[in-house]
Amino acid sequence: MSSSSPVYGLILAGGSSRRMNRDKATLEYQGKTQLDRAFELASRHVTQVFVSVRADQTLDPTRAQRPMIVDSVGGEGPIAGIRSALAAHPKAAWLVLACDLPYLSDAALDYLLRRRDAAAFATAYTSAHDGLPEPLCAIWEPSAAEALADYQAGGGHCPRKFLIRHGARLLEPQDTRALENVNTPEEYRQAIATLDQAPMQLKIQYYALMREQAGRSEETLETSASTPAGLYQELAARYGFTLSRDQLKVAVNSEFSDWSRKLNVGDAVVFIPPVAGG
Amino acid sequence: MHFRFTESAIDTESARRELQTSSAGGYVSFEGWVRDLNEGQEVTRLEYEAFQELAVKEGDRIVAEALRRFPVKHALCIHRVGSLKIRDMAVWVGVSSVHRGEAFDACRFIIDEVKHRVPIWKKEHYRSGDSGWVNCERCAAAPQHSHAEPEHAEHHHERVAVLNPK
Repeated sequence: MSSSSPVYGLILAGGSSRRMNRDKATLEYQGKTQLDRAFELASRHVTQVFVSVRADQTLDPTRAQRPMIVDSVGGEGPIAGIRSALAAHPKAAWLVLACDLPYLSDAALDYLLRRRDAAAFATAYTSAHDGLPEPLCAIWEPSAAEALADYQAGGGHCPRKFLIRHGARLLEPQDTRALENVNTPEEYRQAIATLDQAPMQLKIQYYALMREQAGRSEETLETSASTPAGLYQELAARYGFTLSRDQLKVAVNSEFSDWSRKLNVGDAVVFIPPVAGG
Repeated sequence: MHFRFTESAIDTESARRELQTSSAGGYVSFEGWVRDLNEGQEVTRLEYEAFQELAVKEGDRIVAEALRRFPVKHALCIHRVGSLKIRDMAVWVGVSSVHRGEAFDACRFIIDEVKHRVPIWKKEHYRSGDSGWVNCERCAAAPQHSHAEPEHAEHHHERVAVLNPK
């Protein structure tokens, strides 16, 4: 058992950011590059953090200010970064973070680290979109090194498929937005707008039983909840709503919505208790 | 627009005229009425409330679906909101068509879907002085009933009219 092995942080910053047309590590949010934000975030949770880079990135000014682990095994790509870190410190487990997760929070890392399963190859969140493991916001254990080498030797290159095939301790994200990644210029603009204005202002309208329990028919409030699910949790605690979330539907801007949809500033939210027309 | 709300009594005569067309051989309508008894409790009045902006969209979608699924001529649903007395009409559905069979089917489809999907709520006031939101309070311990009103909780008698059936 490697439950006593330390956890180090690894920020993957070797990607080519093709869809963004810009190096994702250098994108700035609230005046700070994403690489620095991820590095500082990880540093609040583990004792040592490194930046994973390709051999040709060691002089890059964004990366060079930080301790680096240069790809040494496994060619290029995320598996090379993870394998190179496992090779550099064979007794450590690695909190591996992609460099395109601007919404990632202390709460999300804390939750992941607290539920680490050192007996698995990895402890990972599942994606809110497809339920599959998220390999790049995960803790990789020393025991994964050999299996990753075998996987690459067999022609594999996708860390997600590796986790699907070899198994991992999987966790449902508490805040699905924390794992939203930013791949396109449009997503980048949205992320800037959201992060700059957090907490955001929303308009809530209440009907029927919920109106009576909230004691109002509408309100504008500031919240750090990023989804209708999070917002309902917050408001249910405030007003003591008796209906559980699975009895409700939710509408955003006068249309039915998923509970995991990202809320934006100014959205109008309505929780819909069981209907009884006719 | 195939779905609308009214705060006053539903004018079925003028609603029916909206469905008339020379090619229709008949029309089927459904009226939902406020009944004086529900689940053993004597009901004195009902209050209907709707999230109208979304309800009109969803109601329109339901009627449009009915027009796609069944070969009928016209269809319309009108729902009342506000405080209603026993015997008042809460909802009206009308469908005109060449033949009666599809008119019955479309009418049934519309009222069933409206009851399950459109964000409308009703609060019952009982002779005992109590009151409660239907489907929200007594069923709070049975989440499988959410958004699916059990048959026994229906509040109206049914009246179906067929004129000039072919």
